[in-house]
Formats: sequence, C-alpha cells, structure tokens
Amino acid sequence: MNAGRHGQARAGWVMTGPALTAILVFFILPAAASLALSFTDFDIYALADTGNLRFVGLQNYERLLENPLFWKATTNSLLFVAIGTPFIVVLSLFAAMLVNSRWLAWRPLWRVALFAPYVTTLVATAVVWRYLLHTRYGLVNYLLSLVGAGPVDWLGSPTASLPAILLFVGWKSFGYNMIIFLAALQTVPRELEEAARIDGAGWFARLRHVTLPAIAPTVLLVSVLTVAAMFQLFTEPYVMTQGGPAQSTVTILYFMYEEGFKWWNLGSGAAVAFLLFLCILAVTLMQLRLAKRGGAI
Amino acid sequence: MDLTRRRMTAALAAMPLLPALGGCGARGEAGLTIWAMGNEGASLPAVLAAMPRPARAPPVSVQPMPWTAAHAKLLTGFAGGSLPAIGQVGNSWLAEMAAIGAIAPVPRTLHGLLADQFDAVVDTNRIAGRLWGVPWYVDTRLQYYRRDLFARAGHAAPPRAWDGWKRALHGVKKVVGDGNYALLLPLNEFEQLLTFALSAGARLLRDADGRGAFSDPEFRAALAFYKSLFDEGLAPPLATTEIANIWNEFARGFFALFVSGPWTVGELRTRLASDMQDRWATAPNPGPRGTGSAAPGGSSLVVFAGHDADERAWDVVAGLLAPAAQLQFHRLTGDLPARRSVWRAAGLAADPLVAPFAAQLDRATALPKIPEWERIMTEMQIVAERMVRGAYSVDEAAREIDLRADRLLEKRRWMLDRGRAL
Repeated sequence: MNAGRHGQARAGWVMTGPALTAILVFFILPAAASLALSFTDFDIYALADTGNLRFVGLQNYERLLENPLFWKATTNSLLFVAIGTPFIVVLSLFAAMLVNSRWLAWRPLWRVALFAPYVTTLVATAVVWRYLLHTRYGLVNYLLSLVGAGPVDWLGSPTASLPAILLFVGWKSFGYNMIIFLAALQTVPRELEEAARIDGAGWFARLRHVTLPAIAPTVLLVSVLTVAAMFQLFTEPYVMTQGGPAQSTVTILYFMYEEGFKWWNLGSGAAVAFLLFLCILAVTLMQLRLAKRGGAI
Repeated sequence: MDLTRRRMTAALAAMPLLPALGGCGARGEAGLTIWAMGNEGASLPAVLAAMPRPARAPPVSVQPMPWTAAHAKLLTGFAGGSLPAIGQVGNSWLAEMAAIGAIAPVPRTLHGLLADQFDAVVDTNRIAGRLWGVPWYVDTRLQYYRRDLFARAGHAAPPRAWDGWKRALHGVKKVVGDGNYALLLPLNEFEQLLTFALSAGARLLRDADGRGAFSDPEFRAALAFYKSLFDEGLAPPLATTEIANIWNEFARGFFALFVSGPWTVGELRTRLASDMQDRWATAPNPGPRGTGSAAPGGSSLVVFAGHDADERAWDVVAGLLAPAAQLQFHRLTGDLPARRSVWRAAGLAADPLVAPFAAQLDRATALPKIPEWERIMTEMQIVAERMVRGAYSVDEAAREIDLRADRLLEKRRWMLDRGRAL
C-alpha cells in the first residue's frame, strides 16, 4: 500500500517535473534575481565592471516614492486599468454574443474576422492606427466630422491620447477574450434561455439573469487577465506616442523601460517591476475575494 | 554509455538546438558592419559604394537604425556582446560609451583626420586625454529669426549682446502685437537654457565633474535672463507639444525668433512658401557681452572595443573622412561636414544661411563628458520649467538643480574616490 503511494507520488513529480522546472527557471529565478537587483544600484558603471555594484538597501524604493514621474506613470496606469478593463470586457462579451447568436449568417467567417486583429503584428497595426487617428487625414476624425464633431488631435493632445491608445488596445485585444467568452457561452444551455424567453424576459433581463450568472467565472477570468494586461501596457504607447504628449501615456512599464534602458538604472527599474508585481497581485486578490463573495467561484 | 530508448529520445529532442551551437563559433570573417542612425544610415550605403577601396578589402554592410532606438541599442549591444566593428555615435553619448569601455581610442596614425576640424567638436571627442571618435558631421544650435519683423522693429539682425538683444525683442513684440511673441523657448527643451548658460561662461559642473556648479554666478545670471524673457512677456510659456507645427507658426508670426540646429535650414527651405524665403535668416547666439557660445553637436565614427586592432575597420573610418566622401555625404544628407576643407569645397562658407554655423562652431564650448550629463540636463529643464511657472525663484531653482545633479553624480563621486572613473 505504502509502496503504491510512493509510486504515485513519484509519477506525479515526474509528470509535473518539466512544467515545474520551466516555471522555476523562467519565472521564479528571474523574479528572485530582479528582486535582488532592486536592492542594488546596478547602473552603467556596473555594466562595465560588476566591481562597481553596490548594495543600497531600500534606497531605490525611497527614491521612486518621491519621484513625481513615477506617480504620474502610476496614475496613468490606474486610469488605463479603470477605463480600459470594463471597456474591453464589455466589448469582447458583446462580440462573443454576436458570433454566438443563431441568427447570424456566415458565423465562422465573423469569428475569424473578429479574431484577426489579435494575431496581427502589433507594430504594423499601430502604424495603421496612427494614420486612422491622424488629426487631418484620419478616418476616425472623418467619421466624427460626419456627425458634426470637431477634429480631435488624438495623439497630440494630453487628454485625447489615453482614449486613443485605449481604442487601439481594445481593437487589438478583444478577439482573444471573445474566444474565451464564446467557449463559455456555448456551455450555457439553450433551454434556460428559451424558458426565460417564454416567461417573457426581455433581451437585457435574459443577459443579466441567465447568461451572466452562467458565465460568471469566465467574466472573472477575463477581467483578471485584462487588468494584468492593462497594468503591463507598454508596446502601444511606445510605438504610437513615445509616452507623450506631456507624459500622458507614460505607463508604469514604460517608466520602467526608461529607467532601465534609457537611463540604464537597472536597479531602479527592477524596483519598479517589483512594485508593479505587488500592484497586480493585490488587485487580482481583491477581484478573487469579490468573486468568492459573489459566488462566482 | 549504453544507448537506452530514453537517451535516444532526449538526443532527438535536443536536435533543434544544434543550430544554436553554431552561433557560438567565431563570427564569419566575411565583412564589416557599421551601425548608423536615421538619415545618415540611409545615405551611408551610397557613400560606401562610391568610396575607392583596395581590391582585397572586405565588404562593408550598413545596419540602419532609428535615432529613437539607437541609444538603447548601443548599450544593449554592449551588454550582449553584439556590437559590430564600426558605429556612428552621437557626440553626447561618447562619454558613456568610453566610460563603459565599449569603444576603442583612435590610433595616432588617424589623428591627422582631425587637424582641420572645429576645436570644440574635437574636444568633445577627447576624454581623459585620449581621442575616442573621429567627428563625422557637426551641428550646433543658433538663432533663426524673421528678417522682416526685426526690420520693422528697426534692426537688420538681432544684436549680439544680451541687453541690446532683449531691447530688440521688446521692439519686435510691439510690432507683432498681442497674442504673438518675440521668441519661442519651448519649456520641454533644455538646449535653449544650456545655450544661455554656455554663453554666460558657466562651468556647469565642478570637482572633476563630481558636483553641480549651478549656483555659480554665471549660471544664475543665465537662469535669471531666461526667466526674464518669460516674465516680460517676450516668450510664451509653452512646450513643443503644444505647438502643432513650428514652421507654420514661425511663418505666421506667432514668434519671430527660435533656436535650432542646421537641419532646420533644409526644413524651412522646403516647407515655407516661396514668398517667405527671403524673410528669414540665421545668426550666432547672443551672449552677455557679444556673440555667445553653443554646445557642439553631431556624430562621430567609432570603432568598438575588441576591433581596435582591426586595421580594416580604421581604414573604413579614414575613407569616410576623405574629402570626396565627406562632400558626397553632405550632398546626400545636408549634414554639415566635420572638416573645414570640405566646407570650402562645398561652398558652405559662402552660404549666408549656413555660414553662421561655422562662426558659432568656432565659439562653441564642449559640454562635460560624463555618462550622467543628459539626465542632469533633463532635471535642469524640469526645474527651469517650474521656475518659469512660478514655483521657484532664480536662486532656489539654482540650488534645486545642484541638489538633483549632486544626487545623480553620487555614484560618479564614489567612482572618483576609488580612481575608477574616466
């Protein structure tokens, strides 16, 4: 009996071994190394000769907390999370409901078309979007002019740059969430919906009382993923606005990049990364607790 | 070792990794690579193709990169050990490339290439008594002004001494009226304040570049002068991001004077309407008592460390500095050549819009050559912007810049104490 248990445990370790090794080598070790790095003043001098490296304790963290640009970046990132997450979750949920509905013709085609942005190259699409958002020649401003709205300097004005980036991020990433939602929606029994319809529930009542409760765990999953993605926004502002105008699109990750690779203060950059990790962890734990209380999982 | 099935499987699974091992071997002896930026990188292949080279010389390939990514790419290239043989390095980056040991000093045999160059530019390339790069093209910043608006205010050109210069700006401000300004000093650019400081003769750093010297009387004079231009309504408190198109605004008369580099000559020539073309000109910067100074800019060609014994790399650098190559390079890019002999050959010394750049380069001052410099300038401008907006007095701002500079230089002082800094 005992030998059998041992054998089972060994088999378990062997099966999970490769995955655990990968997690250890590619996730836990680098994370520990970057935590260690954040207590040093690794800079351009240390790059030339590691003898120039000093242990500085919490100094990197102290300096960050008194750096106004760090707070500006944090505020920007929180704005992206607060506005971007509901925007993207709702957008992908509606897209999933659209391609799941039975009255839609050519459904596979729609699914591919809506998923396509996710698999395109980010830099190439960012260049296209820069044209779409152009103040004078852009399609977005042309459409706005049809309804009489004035031209918006999307990428040049500090107030419009954040919505502009969000539009692009939303378009780029809703396809992936849509696939997750679609999988969940297909598990919702049609009978439930039909029963609700017969009982006289309207479209919104059916969404609120039948569909959403059935896919609640998926909504939670998608929103956790989106929050993490919003916190880690970097490439989009890097390609489209370079953090401008007036530093309105400097996200935490962009700030970390500048700290680490523009000014080459890897110690300070690692400190930003660790703070960001704590932020994402805190928000995710909070979401999980809320979901538990709501009975989603 | 007995061949079990498991070992066979492992060996098979590792097969895809084989090509990676090939990468560990020595790089091919096939040719040399040059990293070059922006416009220069785009024009370089044509110059190389026209360059006379010995029959057995290795082929040279150019890897162009955008300016915005160049600095990070040079440093990551060094960290990853993937720098090529030759590179274009902006003058302001030389100090850090030398400090980390990424570039090789120029051999004595090539020092002749620097004989007919601008002293301040050559000085920028000299760190700790050694030359680290060969200046390839040069630039500096000076004033662009509206001749017609200055003429209406009674001046053929902006006066050279600060007092007269400011009086002339007041005259221009009266001519252009409310809503328009005499000059533009973008609050997000440090170059303008730096130019005033260099013109005032500020030394900027002290103690072997280990501490800021921004509380010196010269720098405070420049800071006070800079502030007064905003306080007296001559310059609008704006950043470049708030000005949609600097050439249009210049043509419209929103401001009558701004400070920029030689690239703007070409831009104004192509972007402004033809009836605007005789209404603008360039002039050297003003100073407290006559023509002021400026920071020498441009790029140098360097050979990266590890290739310093490579004669062929230095041959390519020498070839690109040959008068014919410099002349062709100037025609392709519009960049100002580093060698004075080429200035004469290209007729630049006689061009009234370009000649002031030579005059300004003769009166340029090399900046402190330390890796922290660009960040110190960024901090200086952040403080200066707050000063203009009323958060600091001149003396408080000077103290604050010193404080921030000293903090950034803390590591350098530690290095200096141990004799490890260049």
